[in-house]
Amino acid sequence: MKRAGSAVLALVLAGLAALMAWIVTRPVQPGRDVPAHIAGSIGDSGVSHPVTAVLLNFRGYDTLLELVVLLVALAGVRCLAPLPPPRGGAPVGGVLSELASLLLPVLVLVALYLLWAGASRPGGAFQGGALLAAAGILALLAGRDRFLWRFEHRLWPLASLGVGVFLIVAAGTLGGSGVLLGLPPGHAGTLILVIEGFALFSIAVTLVALFLGTGELEDREP
Amino acid sequence: MAALNLLPLAPDLFLVVALLFTAWRALYTRALFPAVVFFVAFGMLLALAWMRLEAPDVALAETAIGAGLTGALLMAAVARLRGRDEERP
Repeated sequence: MKRAGSAVLALVLAGLAALMAWIVTRPVQPGRDVPAHIAGSIGDSGVSHPVTAVLLNFRGYDTLLELVVLLVALAGVRCLAPLPPPRGGAPVGGVLSELASLLLPVLVLVALYLLWAGASRPGGAFQGGALLAAAGILALLAGRDRFLWRFEHRLWPLASLGVGVFLIVAAGTLGGSGVLLGLPPGHAGTLILVIEGFALFSIAVTLVALFLGTGELEDREP
Repeated sequence: MAALNLLPLAPDLFLVVALLFTAWRALYTRALFPAVVFFVAFGMLLALAWMRLEAPDVALAETAIGAGLTGALLMAAVARLRGRDEERP
């Protein structure tokens, strides 16, 4: 029975591989040269890095929905259990503590740099937010979890700040130019930085909350 | 002569083999902790592959989220599972 299942799986995988090989070898449809299209209108986007221009300006709607997906994931975890309370005890000693005190400022600085660099080279809110979240997780592991007191009761406002600011900008552009997220070329750079700044913070808060996860899940088991 | 032409491809081929190996080990290692370590190694190698494909943005995201944060989440899950296994022999 198990062997039959493996055979079916192998057949499906072989079919999938054949399909992918067929798709890869197909000639690209001429006519829509996307990179040239982007390069032609990048002057209006407010940033000089094409990936950021696509993610935050030309296809800003997708990025907005990505942030919503993160929020929904957090809601799913929070439905299972409340945040575990901070232990609040003395910091863990030894190598971990030393490493945390060395790395935490650097991580925060690099996260903010990634946000700023996103305008002209690879970087951006998601990468920076993930790095900031890594700083938070490192602080948690090293026993410096007193910052949890501060966002325990304000988790939802903090986690939804990014989506909120994004939606306010979207509403503003809808009222101003009649196009949802049609950022005005003159202010696009500033608006993108504002959106990304709040998104970075919310992404970091969400990811740390996801890591904290379900502290009391085990206690509820029968 | 054929071997000479393959020389520039060697790092990429090594990357492909290493990716397949780490993916296989991450899926089929019985102990969970080494499996997570293989998963993180897979993520870092995948980031290198993205760099070779000239997609540094995706490489950054893969390193930070795919290898780093997902690795941390999986480690936490392993620690929790381990505690449960000891309670229930």
